[in-house]
Amino acid sequence: MTSSPPPLPSEGITDSEKEKSSAKFSKLALDVIDYGAGNVGSALRSLERIGVQYRLVGGDHPMPTGDRPILFPGVGAFGASMAQLKVRGLNTRIPDMVKRGTPYVGICIGMQVLFDFSEEAPGVPGLGLLPGKVVKFTEGKVPQIGWNRIEAKQADWPEGHVYFVNSYYPSPTHTEHSLYEAVYYQPFTAAVRSANITAFQFHPEKSGPFGQSLLEKSLEELL
Amino acid sequence: MASTQEAPVKKNPAGTGFSHRIIPCLDVADGRTVKGVKFTSLRDVGDPVELAIRYQEQGADELMFLDISASVEGRKTMLDVVRQVARELSIPFSVGGGISQIEDVMRLLEAGADKVSVNTAAVKRPELIREIAEACGSQCCVLAIDARRRTEPIQTQYTEWAVLTHGGRQDSGLEAFAWGEEAVKLGAGEILLTSWDQDGTRAGFDLELTRRFASGLPVPVIASGGADGPQSFIDVFTSGGADAALAASIFHDGHWTVRDLKEEIAKSGVSIRL
Repeated sequence: MTSSPPPLPSEGITDSEKEKSSAKFSKLALDVIDYGAGNVGSALRSLERIGVQYRLVGGDHPMPTGDRPILFPGVGAFGASMAQLKVRGLNTRIPDMVKRGTPYVGICIGMQVLFDFSEEAPGVPGLGLLPGKVVKFTEGKVPQIGWNRIEAKQADWPEGHVYFVNSYYPSPTHTEHSLYEAVYYQPFTAAVRSANITAFQFHPEKSGPFGQSLLEKSLEELL
Repeated sequence: MASTQEAPVKKNPAGTGFSHRIIPCLDVADGRTVKGVKFTSLRDVGDPVELAIRYQEQGADELMFLDISASVEGRKTMLDVVRQVARELSIPFSVGGGISQIEDVMRLLEAGADKVSVNTAAVKRPELIREIAEACGSQCCVLAIDARRRTEPIQTQYTEWAVLTHGGRQDSGLEAFAWGEEAVKLGAGEILLTSWDQDGTRAGFDLELTRRFASGLPVPVIASGGADGPQSFIDVFTSGGADAALAASIFHDGHWTVRDLKEEIAKSGVSIRL
């Protein structure tokens, strides 16, 4: 079977829809945590696509003040990330701000640090904003790299395929904090949500139009 | 097959949540997508950003860009391409070609690449792999191996493959699987395994080579070289045990859309995202 190449560009978001989307988020300004590990580039391009304003905080940048929602994206190791947060006191500053009501959106390592600790770095405390721990996959190739289907555990969150890159996953003490579950040889928590915290183990910014819709949904609540 | 010594490849039955990835590859020279056979005789096949968008819309799981520019200007152009692609695309992509130091990696990741792929520079200086893994994590670090079957096994009774560098022009003297093992120890998070014998031939992937790596290494293996129709992918996912497969010409030339290909593969029962 052969088929000819389709016309360019075809379906998808039209220009007027793009403008609407940009206008919708134009009032939103996020503080994006970046401590120089080179892992925020793809998240920033995604925010630009959605039309959200942002500034970089942490590392060599200014410190977050708590009056803007925090986005902590990116990949990396639990121990290294906590050490980086500690350099400028963000390990206590972030929990203080989030407990006072600053919204927090986390992606990948930005989700794992929310918990008490991780098997990846024994003895290193996390931010302790959600009770529970982060544990390692015990079957299949680790890390899990690729697309997987997520199942919603809370109302009004859509289901679909998203992109994962992870060796570890969260195990929240309170199951009501689970927002999405998936299966990688075993069931695991793929996203969590509690009060002003929404955090994804997968990469919504790299998960096509469906992933972008999840990121937009978590940001819409901040408008 | 010359070798039947490897452990059987672990099956990925339905219900594990695992999906095999299809990765279109774009070789980019001075800002244009090109395609050669056996790494030479290049021809222009289009604008990389337009092609990337087309493949995303067709359901590609990931994309790979290989910068084969020879000049400093070409490298700068590639950074612009990466920035544009990252702004337009919402699926993951890797960038390889010409990466020899950690600063090159940081520039690409800051521009919006999700992973980098290293080849010749890592053969010359394996510590580069460790540096990337420590600075950015193993998941960012893809080791590309261009492997060519050795006519006679040199050290063992098993089939051996030579590691080629410089775009296939030089034999490094390394044995491919041993190099893969060392690279994983240093922190490589994925192996992009190209069969130099099969590349550009549309004769199917090298199943024996792929099986050797997929069954012997704990990290995902992306099979490359020799892609043809759906059966070649089904074979490399089942018999070869590959986690992902990469192809260029079959997509660039319009023999297959990514979507049609994935639908055909899915009919065989191989787990794939539709």
